[in-house]
Amino acid sequence: MSYLFIQFLDTVHQNNADNYLPIGLQLIFAAGFVATMLALSAIVGPKRATKDKLATFTSGIESHGDARQPMAIKYFLVAILFVLFDVEVIFFYPYAVNFRELGWSGFGAVLMFVAFFLVGFVYIIKKGALKWED
Amino acid sequence: MTLLSLNIDWILLIEKLALIAIVVFASLGIALYTTFGERKVAAILQDRPGPNRAGPFGLLQPLADGVKMFTKEDIIPSSASKWLFILGPGLAMTASLMTCAVIPWGGTIELFGRTISLQIADINIGILYIFAVVSLGVYGIMIGGWASNNKFSLMAALRGASQAISYELAMGLSLIAVLMLSGSLSLGDIVKQQQAGWWNIVYQPLGFLIFFICALAECNRTPFDLPEAENELNFGYHQEYSSMKLGFYLFAEYINMIMSSAVMASLYFGGYDIPFVNDAELQTHLGNWVALFQVGTLLIKIVFFIFLFMWIRWTIPRFRYDQLMNLGWKSMIPLALVNMLVTGALVLLKMNNWHF
Repeated sequence: MSYLFIQFLDTVHQNNADNYLPIGLQLIFAAGFVATMLALSAIVGPKRATKDKLATFTSGIESHGDARQPMAIKYFLVAILFVLFDVEVIFFYPYAVNFRELGWSGFGAVLMFVAFFLVGFVYIIKKGALKWED
Repeated sequence: MTLLSLNIDWILLIEKLALIAIVVFASLGIALYTTFGERKVAAILQDRPGPNRAGPFGLLQPLADGVKMFTKEDIIPSSASKWLFILGPGLAMTASLMTCAVIPWGGTIELFGRTISLQIADINIGILYIFAVVSLGVYGIMIGGWASNNKFSLMAALRGASQAISYELAMGLSLIAVLMLSGSLSLGDIVKQQQAGWWNIVYQPLGFLIFFICALAECNRTPFDLPEAENELNFGYHQEYSSMKLGFYLFAEYINMIMSSAVMASLYFGGYDIPFVNDAELQTHLGNWVALFQVGTLLIKIVFFIFLFMWIRWTIPRFRYDQLMNLGWKSMIPLALVNMLVTGALVLLKMNNWHF
Protein backbone atom coordinates (compact mmCIF):
# COMPACT_ATOMS: atom_id res chain seq x y z
CA MET A 1 0.00 0.00 0.00
CA SER A 2 2.86 2.38 0.78
CA TYR A 3 4.07 2.03 -2.81
CA LEU A 4 0.65 3.19 -3.97
CA PHE A 5 0.79 6.23 -1.77
CA ILE A 6 4.19 7.24 -3.02
CA GLN A 7 2.88 7.16 -6.57
CA PHE A 8 -0.17 9.12 -5.49
CA LEU A 9 1.93 11.73 -3.73
CA ASP A 10 4.14 12.03 -6.79
CA THR A 11 1.21 13.12 -8.92
CA VAL A 12 0.16 15.56 -6.24
CA HIS A 13 3.62 17.07 -6.10
CA GLN A 14 3.46 18.10 -9.73
CA ASN A 15 0.99 20.69 -8.51
CA ASN A 16 2.42 23.87 -7.12
CA ALA A 17 0.89 26.71 -5.18
CA ASP A 18 0.08 28.55 -8.41
CA ASN A 19 -2.65 26.08 -9.28
CA TYR A 20 -4.40 26.71 -6.00
CA LEU A 21 -4.15 30.49 -6.12
CA PRO A 22 -7.37 30.90 -8.16
CA ILE A 23 -9.24 28.80 -5.61
CA GLY A 24 -8.13 31.14 -2.86
CA LEU A 25 -9.26 34.07 -4.99
CA GLN A 26 -12.61 32.45 -5.56
CA LEU A 27 -13.05 31.79 -1.84
CA ILE A 28 -12.46 35.47 -1.10
CA PHE A 29 -14.81 36.46 -3.91
CA ALA A 30 -17.62 34.06 -2.90
CA ALA A 31 -17.39 34.73 0.83
CA GLY A 32 -17.25 38.48 0.20
CA PHE A 33 -20.29 38.33 -2.05
CA VAL A 34 -22.29 36.29 0.46
CA ALA A 35 -21.33 38.50 3.40
CA THR A 36 -22.17 41.68 1.49
CA MET A 37 -25.55 40.39 0.38
CA LEU A 38 -26.46 39.20 3.91
CA ALA A 39 -25.41 42.52 5.45
CA LEU A 40 -27.21 44.61 2.80
CA SER A 41 -30.45 42.68 3.09
CA ALA A 42 -30.31 43.01 6.87
CA ILE A 43 -29.96 46.79 6.48
CA VAL A 44 -32.54 47.21 3.72
CA GLY A 45 -35.34 45.15 5.26
CA PRO A 46 -37.84 46.58 7.75
CA LYS A 47 -37.34 45.93 11.46
CA ARG A 48 -40.57 45.48 13.36
CA ALA A 49 -39.74 42.79 15.87
CA THR A 50 -42.48 41.63 18.21
CA LYS A 51 -42.35 38.96 20.87
CA ASP A 52 -44.60 36.61 18.91
CA LYS A 53 -42.64 37.05 15.74
CA LEU A 54 -39.38 36.08 17.41
CA ALA A 55 -40.85 32.99 19.06
CA THR A 56 -40.01 29.54 17.70
CA PHE A 57 -42.43 28.58 14.94
CA THR A 58 -44.31 25.35 15.60
CA SER A 59 -47.40 25.79 13.42
CA GLY A 60 -49.17 28.06 15.88
CA ILE A 61 -49.03 25.61 18.76
CA GLU A 62 -47.14 26.82 21.80
CA SER A 63 -43.74 25.13 21.78
CA HIS A 64 -42.66 22.94 24.66
CA GLY A 65 -39.00 23.13 25.56
CA ASP A 66 -36.45 23.69 22.84
CA ALA A 67 -34.38 21.65 20.45
CA ARG A 68 -31.37 21.38 22.77
CA GLN A 69 -32.13 17.80 23.74
CA PRO A 70 -30.88 14.35 22.74
CA MET A 71 -31.87 13.12 19.29
CA ALA A 72 -32.19 9.59 17.92
CA ILE A 73 -28.89 7.73 18.15
CA LYS A 74 -29.41 6.32 14.62
CA TYR A 75 -28.17 9.48 12.96
CA PHE A 76 -25.01 9.42 15.03
CA LEU A 77 -24.45 5.79 14.08
CA VAL A 78 -24.82 6.63 10.39
CA ALA A 79 -22.26 9.41 10.76
CA ILE A 80 -19.76 7.06 12.44
CA LEU A 81 -20.28 4.38 9.78
CA PHE A 82 -19.82 7.02 7.09
CA VAL A 83 -16.45 8.00 8.49
CA LEU A 84 -15.37 4.35 8.60
CA PHE A 85 -16.47 3.48 5.08
CA ASP A 86 -15.44 6.76 3.52
CA VAL A 87 -11.88 6.20 4.66
CA GLU A 88 -12.01 2.80 2.97
CA VAL A 89 -13.40 4.37 -0.21
CA ILE A 90 -10.59 6.92 -0.17
CA PHE A 91 -8.11 4.01 -0.24
CA PHE A 92 -9.51 3.06 -3.66
CA TYR A 93 -8.58 6.41 -5.20
CA PRO A 94 -4.79 5.99 -5.37
CA TYR A 95 -5.40 2.46 -6.68
CA ALA A 96 -7.80 3.66 -9.40
CA VAL A 97 -5.28 6.20 -10.67
CA ASN A 98 -2.42 3.69 -10.84
CA PHE A 99 -4.15 0.39 -11.48
CA ARG A 100 -2.95 -0.09 -15.07
CA GLU A 101 0.68 -0.24 -13.90
CA LEU A 102 -0.18 -2.56 -11.01
CA GLY A 103 -1.81 -5.13 -13.28
CA TRP A 104 -3.35 -8.36 -12.07
CA SER A 105 -1.42 -8.57 -8.80
CA GLY A 106 -2.75 -5.16 -7.82
CA PHE A 107 -6.22 -6.25 -8.84
CA GLY A 108 -5.92 -9.33 -6.62
CA ALA A 109 -4.87 -7.16 -3.68
CA VAL A 110 -7.85 -4.88 -4.24
CA LEU A 111 -10.17 -7.89 -4.45
CA MET A 112 -8.91 -8.88 -1.03
CA PHE A 113 -9.46 -5.33 0.23
CA VAL A 114 -13.01 -5.35 -1.16
CA ALA A 115 -13.60 -8.67 0.60
CA PHE A 116 -12.57 -7.11 3.92
CA PHE A 117 -14.75 -4.12 3.13
CA LEU A 118 -17.70 -6.42 2.48
CA VAL A 119 -17.15 -8.38 5.69
CA GLY A 120 -17.48 -5.16 7.67
CA PHE A 121 -20.44 -4.12 5.57
CA VAL A 122 -22.31 -7.40 6.07
CA TYR A 123 -21.51 -7.26 9.78
CA ILE A 124 -23.10 -3.84 10.32
CA ILE A 125 -26.17 -4.88 8.32
CA LYS A 126 -26.55 -8.13 10.28
CA LYS A 127 -26.15 -6.18 13.53
CA GLY A 128 -29.06 -3.99 12.43
CA ALA A 129 -27.10 -0.75 12.36
CA LEU A 130 -29.04 0.35 9.29
CA LYS A 131 -32.43 -0.86 10.43
CA TRP A 132 -34.74 2.13 10.67
CA GLU A 133 -38.04 0.62 11.73
CA ASP A 134 -38.06 -1.37 14.99
CA MET B 1 5.74 29.47 -5.14
CA THR B 2 5.39 32.86 -6.75
CA LEU B 3 3.39 34.04 -3.76
CA LEU B 4 6.27 33.66 -1.37
CA SER B 5 8.84 35.44 -3.50
CA LEU B 6 6.32 38.25 -4.15
CA ASN B 7 6.80 37.76 -7.85
CA ILE B 8 3.11 37.88 -8.72
CA ASP B 9 2.00 37.59 -12.32
CA TRP B 10 -0.46 40.50 -12.26
CA ILE B 11 -1.94 39.81 -15.67
CA LEU B 12 -2.66 36.22 -14.64
CA LEU B 13 -4.26 37.51 -11.45
CA ILE B 14 -6.53 39.90 -13.32
CA GLU B 15 -7.37 37.22 -15.88
CA LYS B 16 -8.35 34.76 -13.15
CA LEU B 17 -10.35 37.39 -11.27
CA ALA B 18 -12.29 38.28 -14.41
CA LEU B 19 -12.95 34.60 -15.09
CA ILE B 20 -14.09 34.04 -11.49
CA ALA B 21 -16.42 37.04 -11.64
CA ILE B 22 -17.92 35.88 -14.94
CA VAL B 23 -18.41 32.28 -13.80
CA VAL B 24 -19.84 33.17 -10.38
CA PHE B 25 -22.26 35.79 -11.71
CA ALA B 26 -23.23 33.60 -14.65
CA SER B 27 -24.02 30.70 -12.33
CA LEU B 28 -26.02 33.05 -10.10
CA GLY B 29 -27.95 34.27 -13.14
CA ILE B 30 -28.57 30.74 -14.38
CA ALA B 31 -29.70 29.72 -10.89
CA LEU B 32 -32.11 32.67 -10.87
CA TYR B 33 -33.64 31.51 -14.12
CA THR B 34 -33.60 27.87 -13.03
CA THR B 35 -36.16 28.79 -10.35
CA PHE B 36 -38.27 30.28 -13.12
CA GLY B 37 -37.67 27.21 -15.28
CA GLU B 38 -38.73 24.96 -12.43
CA ARG B 39 -42.05 26.77 -12.07
CA LYS B 40 -42.63 26.71 -15.81
CA VAL B 41 -41.78 23.01 -16.11
CA ALA B 42 -44.06 22.24 -13.16
CA ALA B 43 -46.81 24.29 -14.83
CA ILE B 44 -46.42 22.48 -18.16
CA LEU B 45 -46.44 19.07 -16.49
CA GLN B 46 -49.53 20.05 -14.51
CA ASP B 47 -51.28 21.61 -17.51
CA ARG B 48 -51.45 25.22 -16.31
CA PRO B 49 -49.80 28.42 -17.59
CA GLY B 50 -47.40 29.05 -14.69
CA PRO B 51 -45.94 32.48 -13.86
CA ASN B 52 -46.83 34.83 -16.74
CA ARG B 53 -47.56 38.26 -15.20
CA ALA B 54 -44.16 39.91 -14.66
CA GLY B 55 -42.77 40.98 -18.03
CA PRO B 56 -43.22 39.12 -21.34
CA PHE B 57 -44.02 35.43 -20.67
CA GLY B 58 -43.30 36.13 -16.99
CA LEU B 59 -39.58 36.44 -17.77
CA LEU B 60 -39.05 39.09 -15.07
CA GLN B 61 -40.56 36.87 -12.37
CA PRO B 62 -37.21 35.67 -10.92
CA LEU B 63 -35.99 39.27 -10.64
CA ALA B 64 -39.19 40.22 -8.80
CA ASP B 65 -38.74 37.23 -6.50
CA GLY B 66 -35.14 38.19 -5.83
CA VAL B 67 -35.96 41.81 -4.99
CA LYS B 68 -38.82 40.70 -2.75
CA MET B 69 -36.59 38.27 -0.88
CA PHE B 70 -33.85 40.87 -0.54
CA THR B 71 -36.11 43.52 1.02
CA LYS B 72 -37.99 41.28 3.45
CA GLU B 73 -37.63 41.61 7.20
CA ASP B 74 -34.66 39.70 8.58
CA ILE B 75 -35.91 37.67 11.55
CA ILE B 76 -33.59 35.96 14.02
CA PRO B 77 -35.68 34.03 16.58
CA SER B 78 -34.95 34.97 20.18
CA SER B 79 -34.05 31.41 21.15
CA ALA B 80 -31.68 30.86 18.22
CA SER B 81 -27.87 31.01 18.40
CA LYS B 82 -27.40 34.28 16.56
CA TRP B 83 -24.03 33.92 14.88
CA LEU B 84 -24.43 30.29 13.90
CA PHE B 85 -27.87 31.19 12.55
CA ILE B 86 -26.22 33.68 10.20
CA LEU B 87 -23.28 31.39 9.42
CA GLY B 88 -25.50 28.50 8.25
CA PRO B 89 -26.88 29.99 5.01
CA GLY B 90 -23.62 31.85 4.40
CA LEU B 91 -21.68 28.60 4.51
CA ALA B 92 -24.19 26.77 2.31
CA MET B 93 -24.04 29.50 -0.32
CA THR B 94 -20.26 29.96 -0.21
CA ALA B 95 -19.71 26.21 -0.56
CA SER B 96 -22.02 25.98 -3.56
CA LEU B 97 -20.27 28.93 -5.23
CA MET B 98 -16.87 27.30 -4.69
CA THR B 99 -17.65 24.16 -6.69
CA CYS B 100 -17.38 25.84 -10.09
CA ALA B 101 -13.63 26.51 -9.66
CA VAL B 102 -12.44 23.20 -11.13
CA ILE B 103 -15.04 22.63 -13.84
CA PRO B 104 -13.62 23.13 -17.36
CA TRP B 105 -16.14 25.45 -19.02
CA GLY B 106 -14.49 25.33 -22.43
CA GLY B 107 -11.18 24.96 -24.25
CA THR B 108 -8.72 27.80 -24.56
CA ILE B 109 -9.06 31.24 -26.11
CA GLU B 110 -6.37 33.55 -27.48
CA LEU B 111 -6.66 37.11 -26.24
CA PHE B 112 -3.97 39.81 -26.54
CA GLY B 113 -1.40 37.16 -27.34
CA ARG B 114 -2.19 35.12 -24.24
CA THR B 115 -3.70 31.65 -24.16
CA ILE B 116 -6.44 31.71 -21.57
CA SER B 117 -7.89 28.47 -20.24
CA LEU B 118 -11.61 28.59 -19.47
CA GLN B 119 -11.06 26.61 -16.29
CA ILE B 120 -10.50 28.68 -13.18
CA ALA B 121 -8.14 26.24 -11.47
CA ASP B 122 -6.79 23.13 -13.19
CA ILE B 123 -5.69 21.23 -10.10
CA ASN B 124 -4.92 17.54 -10.51
CA ILE B 125 -7.20 16.51 -7.65
CA GLY B 126 -10.24 18.25 -9.16
CA ILE B 127 -12.71 15.51 -8.29
CA LEU B 128 -11.55 15.28 -4.68
CA TYR B 129 -11.86 19.05 -4.41
CA ILE B 130 -15.48 18.88 -5.55
CA PHE B 131 -16.21 16.16 -3.00
CA ALA B 132 -14.61 18.21 -0.24
CA VAL B 133 -16.63 21.31 -1.09
CA VAL B 134 -19.87 19.36 -1.41
CA SER B 135 -19.23 17.94 2.07
CA LEU B 136 -18.84 21.50 3.37
CA GLY B 137 -22.36 22.22 2.12
CA VAL B 138 -23.65 19.65 4.62
CA TYR B 139 -22.29 21.85 7.42
CA GLY B 140 -24.44 24.71 6.12
CA ILE B 141 -27.59 22.63 6.54
CA MET B 142 -26.49 21.15 9.86
CA ILE B 143 -25.42 24.45 11.45
CA GLY B 144 -28.53 26.27 10.24
CA GLY B 145 -30.88 23.55 11.46
CA TRP B 146 -29.23 23.32 14.86
CA ALA B 147 -28.88 27.06 15.40
CA SER B 148 -32.59 27.65 14.70
CA ASN B 149 -33.35 25.86 17.98
CA ASN B 150 -36.52 24.45 16.49
CA LYS B 151 -37.29 20.74 16.72
CA PHE B 152 -38.51 20.53 13.13
CA SER B 153 -35.40 22.26 11.84
CA LEU B 154 -33.13 20.03 13.86
CA MET B 155 -34.82 16.86 12.65
CA ALA B 156 -34.70 18.03 9.05
CA ALA B 157 -31.04 18.98 9.37
CA LEU B 158 -30.14 15.59 10.83
CA ARG B 159 -32.01 13.88 8.02
CA GLY B 160 -30.32 16.04 5.42
CA ALA B 161 -26.86 15.45 6.85
CA SER B 162 -27.17 11.68 7.19
CA GLN B 163 -28.75 11.40 3.76
CA ALA B 164 -25.99 13.42 2.12
CA ILE B 165 -23.18 11.46 3.75
CA SER B 166 -24.82 8.11 3.00
CA TYR B 167 -25.07 8.83 -0.69
CA GLU B 168 -21.61 10.33 -0.81
CA LEU B 169 -20.20 6.84 -0.23
CA ALA B 170 -21.94 5.34 -3.26
CA MET B 171 -21.08 8.44 -5.28
CA GLY B 172 -17.40 8.10 -4.46
CA LEU B 173 -17.43 4.41 -5.36
CA SER B 174 -19.22 4.93 -8.69
CA LEU B 175 -16.65 7.56 -9.57
CA ILE B 176 -13.72 5.19 -9.08
CA ALA B 177 -14.71 3.29 -12.23
CA VAL B 178 -14.39 6.53 -14.24
CA LEU B 179 -11.01 7.21 -12.67
CA MET B 180 -9.86 3.74 -13.68
CA LEU B 181 -10.65 4.61 -17.29
CA SER B 182 -9.04 8.04 -17.16
CA GLY B 183 -6.17 7.43 -14.76
CA SER B 184 -6.44 11.05 -13.62
CA LEU B 185 -8.35 12.99 -10.99
CA SER B 186 -8.24 16.22 -12.97
CA LEU B 187 -11.53 17.17 -14.62
CA GLY B 188 -9.66 18.91 -17.42
CA ASP B 189 -7.80 15.69 -18.30
CA ILE B 190 -10.95 13.58 -18.09
CA VAL B 191 -12.74 15.87 -20.57
CA LYS B 192 -9.75 15.94 -22.94
CA GLN B 193 -9.64 12.15 -23.01
CA GLN B 194 -13.31 12.01 -23.91
CA GLN B 195 -12.71 14.50 -26.71
CA ALA B 196 -10.24 12.08 -28.25
CA GLY B 197 -12.37 8.94 -27.90
CA TRP B 198 -15.87 7.94 -26.90
CA TRP B 199 -17.72 9.63 -24.07
CA ASN B 200 -17.50 7.84 -20.73
CA ILE B 201 -21.24 7.13 -20.74
CA VAL B 202 -20.56 4.43 -23.36
CA TYR B 203 -18.25 2.57 -20.97
CA GLN B 204 -20.01 3.45 -17.72
CA PRO B 205 -23.82 3.37 -18.11
CA LEU B 206 -24.36 1.78 -14.69
CA GLY B 207 -21.82 4.07 -13.05
CA PHE B 208 -23.61 7.07 -14.48
CA LEU B 209 -26.98 5.84 -13.21
CA ILE B 210 -25.59 5.42 -9.69
CA PHE B 211 -23.89 8.82 -9.87
CA PHE B 212 -27.08 10.46 -11.08
CA ILE B 213 -29.21 8.95 -8.30
CA CYS B 214 -26.63 9.99 -5.72
CA ALA B 215 -26.52 13.50 -7.19
CA LEU B 216 -30.28 13.73 -6.74
CA ALA B 217 -29.87 12.74 -3.11
CA GLU B 218 -26.93 15.09 -2.54
CA CYS B 219 -28.90 18.05 -3.89
CA ASN B 220 -31.90 17.14 -1.71
CA ARG B 221 -34.08 16.85 -4.80
CA THR B 222 -37.24 14.79 -5.08
CA PRO B 223 -37.57 11.80 -4.67
CA PHE B 224 -34.97 12.32 -1.93
CA ASP B 225 -36.09 15.69 -0.57
CA LEU B 226 -36.74 14.43 2.94
CA PRO B 227 -35.08 17.43 4.64
CA GLU B 228 -37.90 19.47 3.12
CA ALA B 229 -40.74 16.99 3.62
CA GLU B 230 -43.45 19.53 4.41
CA ASN B 231 -46.02 16.92 5.41
CA GLU B 232 -43.77 15.73 8.24
CA LEU B 233 -41.52 18.67 9.07
CA ASN B 234 -43.48 21.84 8.25
CA PHE B 235 -40.88 23.50 6.05
CA GLY B 236 -37.58 21.74 6.67
CA TYR B 237 -34.21 22.90 7.98
CA HIS B 238 -34.82 26.49 6.85
CA GLN B 239 -38.11 26.82 8.73
CA GLU B 240 -37.03 29.75 10.92
CA TYR B 241 -35.28 31.62 8.15
CA SER B 242 -36.54 34.64 6.28
CA SER B 243 -35.27 37.28 3.88
CA MET B 244 -31.96 36.74 2.09
CA LYS B 245 -30.89 33.94 4.46
CA LEU B 246 -33.79 31.82 3.26
CA GLY B 247 -33.00 32.99 -0.24
CA PHE B 248 -29.43 31.77 0.07
CA TYR B 249 -30.55 28.31 1.21
CA LEU B 250 -32.91 27.97 -1.74
CA PHE B 251 -30.37 29.48 -4.10
CA ALA B 252 -27.60 27.19 -2.89
CA GLU B 253 -29.83 24.24 -3.75
CA TYR B 254 -30.25 25.45 -7.31
CA ILE B 255 -26.57 26.24 -7.76
CA ASN B 256 -25.72 22.77 -6.46
CA MET B 257 -28.07 21.39 -9.05
CA ILE B 258 -26.32 23.31 -11.82
CA MET B 259 -22.88 22.30 -10.60
CA SER B 260 -23.75 18.63 -10.25
CA SER B 261 -25.17 18.77 -13.78
CA ALA B 262 -21.90 20.30 -14.94
CA VAL B 263 -19.90 17.59 -13.14
CA MET B 264 -22.05 14.85 -14.66
CA ALA B 265 -21.67 16.36 -18.11
CA SER B 266 -17.89 16.61 -17.64
CA LEU B 267 -17.44 13.10 -16.27
CA TYR B 268 -19.79 11.12 -18.46
CA PHE B 269 -20.91 13.24 -21.42
CA GLY B 270 -17.69 14.74 -22.70
CA GLY B 271 -17.95 18.10 -20.90
CA TYR B 272 -17.50 20.92 -23.40
CA ASP B 273 -16.81 18.49 -26.27
CA ILE B 274 -18.95 19.32 -29.30
CA PRO B 275 -20.39 15.98 -30.49
CA PHE B 276 -19.54 14.63 -33.99
CA VAL B 277 -16.96 17.38 -34.54
CA ASN B 278 -13.18 17.36 -34.22
CA ASP B 279 -12.75 20.35 -31.92
CA ALA B 280 -9.00 20.72 -32.42
CA GLU B 281 -9.36 20.86 -36.20
CA LEU B 282 -12.21 23.34 -35.90
CA GLN B 283 -10.03 25.59 -33.75
CA THR B 284 -7.56 26.08 -36.59
CA HIS B 285 -10.37 27.38 -38.82
CA LEU B 286 -12.54 29.34 -36.41
CA GLY B 287 -10.16 30.33 -33.60
CA ASN B 288 -11.82 31.80 -30.53
CA TRP B 289 -15.35 31.06 -31.73
CA VAL B 290 -14.79 27.37 -30.99
CA ALA B 291 -14.40 28.11 -27.27
CA LEU B 292 -17.72 29.95 -27.37
CA PHE B 293 -19.41 26.99 -29.07
CA GLN B 294 -17.85 24.68 -26.48
CA VAL B 295 -19.23 26.75 -23.61
CA GLY B 296 -22.59 26.67 -25.37
CA THR B 297 -22.41 22.89 -25.74
CA LEU B 298 -21.67 22.45 -22.06
CA LEU B 299 -24.55 24.78 -21.17
CA ILE B 300 -26.93 22.77 -23.36
CA LYS B 301 -25.85 19.58 -21.58
CA ILE B 302 -26.32 21.28 -18.20
CA VAL B 303 -29.78 22.52 -19.15
CA PHE B 304 -30.73 19.01 -20.24
CA PHE B 305 -29.71 17.58 -16.86
CA ILE B 306 -31.51 20.34 -14.98
CA PHE B 307 -34.64 19.57 -16.98
CA LEU B 308 -34.21 15.90 -16.03
CA PHE B 309 -33.97 16.90 -12.34
CA MET B 310 -37.19 18.91 -12.68
CA TRP B 311 -38.99 16.25 -14.66
CA ILE B 312 -38.21 13.74 -11.91
CA ARG B 313 -39.26 16.18 -9.20
CA TRP B 314 -42.72 16.71 -10.64
CA THR B 315 -43.28 13.06 -11.54
CA ILE B 316 -42.04 10.83 -8.71
CA PRO B 317 -43.32 10.96 -5.11
CA ARG B 318 -41.01 11.17 -2.12
CA PHE B 319 -39.29 8.15 -0.55
CA ARG B 320 -39.89 7.09 3.04
CA TYR B 321 -36.83 7.56 5.24
CA ASP B 322 -36.04 3.88 5.78
CA GLN B 323 -36.49 3.24 2.05
CA LEU B 324 -34.06 6.06 1.31
CA MET B 325 -31.42 4.68 3.64
CA ASN B 326 -31.91 1.11 2.42
CA LEU B 327 -31.53 2.21 -1.19
CA GLY B 328 -28.38 4.16 -0.39
CA TRP B 329 -26.61 1.61 1.77
CA LYS B 330 -27.91 -1.77 0.68
CA SER B 331 -28.35 -1.23 -3.07
CA MET B 332 -26.16 1.62 -4.25
CA ILE B 333 -22.94 0.75 -2.40
CA PRO B 334 -22.79 -2.97 -3.41
CA LEU B 335 -23.84 -2.06 -6.96
CA ALA B 336 -21.09 0.56 -7.20
CA LEU B 337 -18.53 -1.91 -5.84
CA VAL B 338 -19.52 -4.51 -8.45
CA ASN B 339 -19.38 -1.86 -11.17
CA MET B 340 -15.89 -0.88 -10.04
CA LEU B 341 -14.57 -4.46 -10.01
CA VAL B 342 -16.10 -5.37 -13.37
CA THR B 343 -14.68 -2.22 -14.94
CA GLY B 344 -11.25 -2.95 -13.48
CA ALA B 345 -11.27 -6.56 -14.68
CA LEU B 346 -12.41 -5.61 -18.19
CA VAL B 347 -9.84 -2.83 -18.55
CA LEU B 348 -7.05 -5.16 -17.44
CA LEU B 349 -8.25 -7.93 -19.77
CA LYS B 350 -8.36 -5.55 -22.71
CA MET B 351 -4.90 -4.24 -21.83
CA ASN B 352 -3.54 -7.81 -21.96
CA ASN B 353 -5.31 -8.60 -25.26
CA TRP B 354 -8.04 -10.59 -23.52
CA HIS B 355 -5.59 -12.96 -21.80
CA PHE B 356 -4.88 -13.28 -18.11
